[in-house]
Amino acid sequence: MNALPIDYYVWLSAALFTIGVLGVLYRRNAIIIFMCIELMLNAVNLLLVAFSSRLNDPSGQVFVFFIMAVAAAEVAVGLAILVTMYRSTRSTDINILNRLKW
Amino acid sequence: MLNVFYFLSFLAVLSAIMVVVSKSPVHSVLYLIITFFTIAGHYVLLNAEFLFIVHIIVYAGAIMVLFLYVIMMLNLNTETEAHKSTMLKFAATICAGLLLVVLVGSLKGTEALPVNAVADEDLGSVQRLGKVMFDKFLLPFEISSVLLLAAMVGAVMLGKSEKANDIL
Repeated sequence: MNALPIDYYVWLSAALFTIGVLGVLYRRNAIIIFMCIELMLNAVNLLLVAFSSRLNDPSGQVFVFFIMAVAAAEVAVGLAILVTMYRSTRSTDINILNRLKW
Repeated sequence: MLNVFYFLSFLAVLSAIMVVVSKSPVHSVLYLIITFFTIAGHYVLLNAEFLFIVHIIVYAGAIMVLFLYVIMMLNLNTETEAHKSTMLKFAATICAGLLLVVLVGSLKGTEALPVNAVADEDLGSVQRLGKVMFDKFLLPFEISSVLLLAAMVGAVMLGKSEKANDIL
């Protein structure tokens, strides 16, 4: 079992993380940006699990569990903020939220 | 094993790209679900069965339902979203490509990890992880429960409409 080199997981996680960053920079819809943040968190989770099973250390998998809990909390609060924003602007476009722009 | 890895990785990267480029937010969510399931498949390959179950329950179960519910409530399934200008999209792609180059370049020269002779088969089992979690990580576990409670209260407070006859 587990004959795969760790490099493969490193490259896969780098690719997924980059796609997440690309989505945050590329799109204007706030919901899509949230999804891309989830994608980045998942890339990091995958790498943590790969290293934890390679180094025979269960702490990495416990870390992933905590990251999942924090991600769930983040999504709940973020989507609530999004609903509040939609209520006042009737849109989820982040370019409307430019009051802090210099 | 290697073929399964390649298949899952290909599917994960492809559906992750589709999350970014698809026009409708509903399609993005559905592609994101495919990505989450492929990552769950990777957890199975890595012998992390507890995280496999938790990942399916939390991501495909809870978070995706939350996304779909908000999209349904805000009625965002139309494809009328304003897009960034072509130059900004080009700049975003260049920035992400540069990040990939930096990541690849910094990881390319690293030494390979020494491979463990005996791979622990039940490393990700519920029993092992439970023992670690309630022994070494008991305080973070309790703090994360407080965090979830605070997030729940915050989401309810934010989502409550100020006027009684507000439609949304």
